[in-house]
Amino acid sequence: MGQIIKIGMADFNTGKNDDILTTLGLGSCIGITLYDPVAKIGGLVHIMLPSSKAIRNNSNPAKFADTGIEFLLKEMLKLGADRSRLVSKIAGGAQMFSFDSKNDIMKIGERNAIATKEKLKELNLPLVSEDIGGTFGRTIELYCETGILVVKTIGHGIKKI
Amino acid sequence: MTISIENMDHMQMDVLKEIGNIGAGNAMTALAQMLNKKVDMSVPKVEILEFKEVVELLGGPEELVCGLYFRFDGDMAGNIMFMFSLPSAKLLTNLLIWKENNQIQDRGDLDDIERSALQEIGNILSGAYISSLTMLTGLNMKLSIPSLAVDMAGAILSVPIIQYGQVGDKVLLIETEFHQEDKDIKGFFFLIPDLEFYDILLKSLGVLDNGSNN
Repeated sequence: MGQIIKIGMADFNTGKNDDILTTLGLGSCIGITLYDPVAKIGGLVHIMLPSSKAIRNNSNPAKFADTGIEFLLKEMLKLGADRSRLVSKIAGGAQMFSFDSKNDIMKIGERNAIATKEKLKELNLPLVSEDIGGTFGRTIELYCETGILVVKTIGHGIKKI
Repeated sequence: MTISIENMDHMQMDVLKEIGNIGAGNAMTALAQMLNKKVDMSVPKVEILEFKEVVELLGGPEELVCGLYFRFDGDMAGNIMFMFSLPSAKLLTNLLIWKENNQIQDRGDLDDIERSALQEIGNILSGAYISSLTMLTGLNMKLSIPSLAVDMAGAILSVPIIQYGQVGDKVLLIETEFHQEDKDIKGFFFLIPDLEFYDILLKSLGVLDNGSNN
């Protein structure tokens, strides 16, 4: 029997076959999934910030796009995923509040998305689909049997990507 | 060393809680004046919580809630956030714009007038909070206009969590319940200070010695 595995903020987990990996209420954060379609192994990390380098309080690798993706990749390989088969899907990176100010932190969703894509590119992990940006929250579910990522919102519909 | 919620001593914490109480009291008085109605308030609960616990208080990460976000700059800087459940937000706006009771539904978004009313109420509440800080400390701060979001609690809270996550994982939360006639409205107020905020605040109140082990 598959399990529904919940992943909190700045956290990660992996699953197999009919497991479902889910993270609830993504705002400016990004849910990054990796999937091996042959071994049917999936992984999800819920990152909050673009880079671990600029910050003192950086002991948790799952908090940052750069270290989070590397960390998830390692875990996937440990479980027997084949690196050459891995594909990635990402969702989140919204801007929940709009301000006129030039305050950088308010554009954190956008910066998270850019950092995530750069890191995936650097690691040669193909990004096959994404649902990024907007001004609304998302709940996502990765079905490890099929690799389908379901994105649910309030008032902006449900998508399968 | 910079003072943060994690490394504050008891006295400093009490000062912070007391400021929270005063701020919430002033905010409520301002609201009652604006509505020209009697508003009763229960003693606000001031707590230091982890963000995770805050999400649970609000009913879980997927719960539909209203968030109002403000920025303040000046001698001290940071952000303020109010959160209300959707039914509480609707009750609150209806106090101001007076709809017939009963059209208040549990679910469903706010309309434009309700949004605007809620932002105005947010202005009053945060303005009163900031001016009580100014009164106590003599420091000047300027408040931005509010930004409103109605969405999943987890998504809305991700904004202060990210902003604050660079400093720590705990937050000062003030939970107030107020009653207008038979209506109960519950609101949450967070202060998300920039680095140095507590140093400046506590120093101005004389509860932080210059130099000593800080």
